[in-house]
Amino acid sequence: MTDASMGATPAAKGSLTTEDARTKKRNAAEKRFQMYGIAAIGAGLFFLLVLLVSILSSGLGAFQQTFIEVPVYLDPAKLDKNGNRDPAEMAKVSTFGYGPLIEQAIFAQVEANGIATPLDSSKDMKALISASAAAQVRDVVLANPDLVGETVSFRMLAASRVDGYLKGRVQREDVARDKNIDAEHLDLTDAFVDAGIVAKQFNIDFVIGADASESRPEQAGLGVSMLGSLFMMIVVLVLALPIGVAASIYLEEFAPQNRWTDLIEVNISNLAAVPSIVFGILGLAVFIQFAHLPQSAPLVGGLVLTLMTLPTIIISTRASLKAVPPSIRDAALGLGASRTQSVFHHVLPLAMPGILTGTIIGLAQALGETAPLLLIGMVGYIATNYPDGLASGFMDPNSAMPAQIYEWAKRADPAYYERAWGGIIILLLFLMTMNIIAIILRRRFERRW
Amino acid sequence: MSIAKLTASALTIAAVSASAAAARDNVQVAGSSTVLPYASIVAEAFGENFDFPTPVVESGGSSAGLKRFCQGVGEEHTDIANASRAIREKEIAACAENGVTDIIEVRIGYDGIVFASQLDGPDYTAFTEADIFNALAPKVMVDGQLVDNPHKLWSDFNPDLPSEEILAFIPGTKHGTREVFEEKVVAAGCEVTGALEAMIAGGMSEDDAEDACLAVMSDGRAVDIDGDYTETLASIDANANGIGVFGLAFYENNTDKLKVATMSGVEPTTETISTGEYPVSRPLYFYIKKAHIGVIPGLKEYAEFFVSDEIAGPDGPLAEYGLVSDPELAATQAKVADERTMNEGM
Repeated sequence: MTDASMGATPAAKGSLTTEDARTKKRNAAEKRFQMYGIAAIGAGLFFLLVLLVSILSSGLGAFQQTFIEVPVYLDPAKLDKNGNRDPAEMAKVSTFGYGPLIEQAIFAQVEANGIATPLDSSKDMKALISASAAAQVRDVVLANPDLVGETVSFRMLAASRVDGYLKGRVQREDVARDKNIDAEHLDLTDAFVDAGIVAKQFNIDFVIGADASESRPEQAGLGVSMLGSLFMMIVVLVLALPIGVAASIYLEEFAPQNRWTDLIEVNISNLAAVPSIVFGILGLAVFIQFAHLPQSAPLVGGLVLTLMTLPTIIISTRASLKAVPPSIRDAALGLGASRTQSVFHHVLPLAMPGILTGTIIGLAQALGETAPLLLIGMVGYIATNYPDGLASGFMDPNSAMPAQIYEWAKRADPAYYERAWGGIIILLLFLMTMNIIAIILRRRFERRW
Repeated sequence: MSIAKLTASALTIAAVSASAAAARDNVQVAGSSTVLPYASIVAEAFGENFDFPTPVVESGGSSAGLKRFCQGVGEEHTDIANASRAIREKEIAACAENGVTDIIEVRIGYDGIVFASQLDGPDYTAFTEADIFNALAPKVMVDGQLVDNPHKLWSDFNPDLPSEEILAFIPGTKHGTREVFEEKVVAAGCEVTGALEAMIAGGMSEDDAEDACLAVMSDGRAVDIDGDYTETLASIDANANGIGVFGLAFYENNTDKLKVATMSGVEPTTETISTGEYPVSRPLYFYIKKAHIGVIPGLKEYAEFFVSDEIAGPDGPLAEYGLVSDPELAATQAKVADERTMNEGM
């Protein structure tokens, strides 16, 4: 009995409820692996968080700008000496003629509000306002010559140093060594803020405006380069989608399997991995130097990005064509459809969500691409004029969002740094929107078999 | 079939826009990234005050800008090249080969080149040309002998300098600034310390010795910065013991992070540079393709506006940004007004 019971439980160590050493070890290994996985995800999320926080904290300031609101007396003696209100004649007074009027208007506010300041001439007010204010007033006066002689209230941009002071970028202790602004100006700014003349407000011009020169970061906006990006994306879409889809359909549905198609396939996969700067050099050599297309034109940028996007689109299109089950083709052919009919009536519509997803992701990639644009001359002081029509949009020199951000990041004035981050926020919003559209398309329309 | 339509319409759009681009109505400028800030300020004011569209200013460096400028006459080529150095004989020849024979040279002013370091870093406050040469040249004079550079710390050769490891961020060879740095600082130091004489005495020809004087050590103490001054600034930010070479305007925009060093006792300001007391400066130029005047609308107006007293004068926005205005501006204005080319002399 005892022998038998001993035999029935020969190894008491192996039970389902108590783990033996080896099971423990295996379970521990699995737990460990899961922990590694969670740690990896955690690290990823942490870096994403760091990235987002740093982008938002550095960039959100660019959407707000400091404005000065003052009534300006439009002195006829200065602006219209002959007094006949002829815009052509008044246009001869350049922005340099308007500067003093604005400085006087601000100085008048010092006295009107009884602010005590050691700055005792209107010339000292120059450091407070943006150089763009003169052009702003001049444009209004030339558009409405009858305003001359009246006092008109303007909302003008403050100088970038004043703006930086209100945003905490310019510190009092640094100002002593800065020749652009003095501590007295900062005191005056504080007084103006109390008087309600100077205030930070949302600045729509950052989103829709044109680029500005190095000396007035406060005026710079991303709008024109956004249009440049838009025109480039149109070129990419109009060229890459049909070419890519046609190539994939032929390779996937019609081409014979032989050495040539193999070679082409390998090359397409390789092209997808070619660094984008190579496409930039290609674009410079072929489109600009050989074909004599204009430098810096969104058309050329779009052509270069088309080359870059094509492999992405071809690969994703082929994958979604492959995912359509052969039974669909067989059924169509069995009912008497030609091969073309079976492809265009049955296979392509079913593959469309996948193709569109691939295309949008390819476009998003192209939208964020900077390197090839550097080589075809889209960096510099380029994005200044709004295109007036389709042809001008494609052919006139313009920049693109990522190239504009790059350009801002390398300018001397620290205020441009903030704008570069702000530009990144806008660019990221575009990319996120495009990716979300791609996800929605895939979720809603993709069929699984 | 819709694909065929799409492609066809794409080609039509391309064709239509290509023909529409036949008449270019804006001035195109390319070249030096040092001149770019000034050119962008002028272009902006030009667009505001005239009925012409705002000119387009591309960066890319003096050499690249002049190369493009010299590619030919016609609307697809740039009208103006910005340069932080004078055009070279070779470039004039290349221009002539492509039919660009009439070039107007316009000097807009001077740019100071300064040595700056981290605001809270070591006391790099006073340098001489000899200091820079002793720190960076491969062969220097020690006790009257020309030897391989033994210096590791600044204080090794000048006890007034901090005992910090030598580290300098200098402009890369594609920059016009590099040339000025070599000629006005390194070569000057070579001469002052007597290394030039020693090299000639050691059997080198005068030309070879002068070339050898420009050399900078490549063991990591002198780092070439091929990007812009922002890259130099970032390197200085990361290396407290480093000094960097900047343009005066860039330094003046970043006084909250940088402190500037004097050169041979002279502090770089627009005044000391315009009087010539501060030794390291260079003229800035732009070059106009005369064949384009009258063809590209606004080209001459832009050039005249650029050198006008309101813009390039001592109280103008360029001087405010950091340009040292040219005392001979009036002569330049006359030259632009008469469209006098380089062939016709000054």
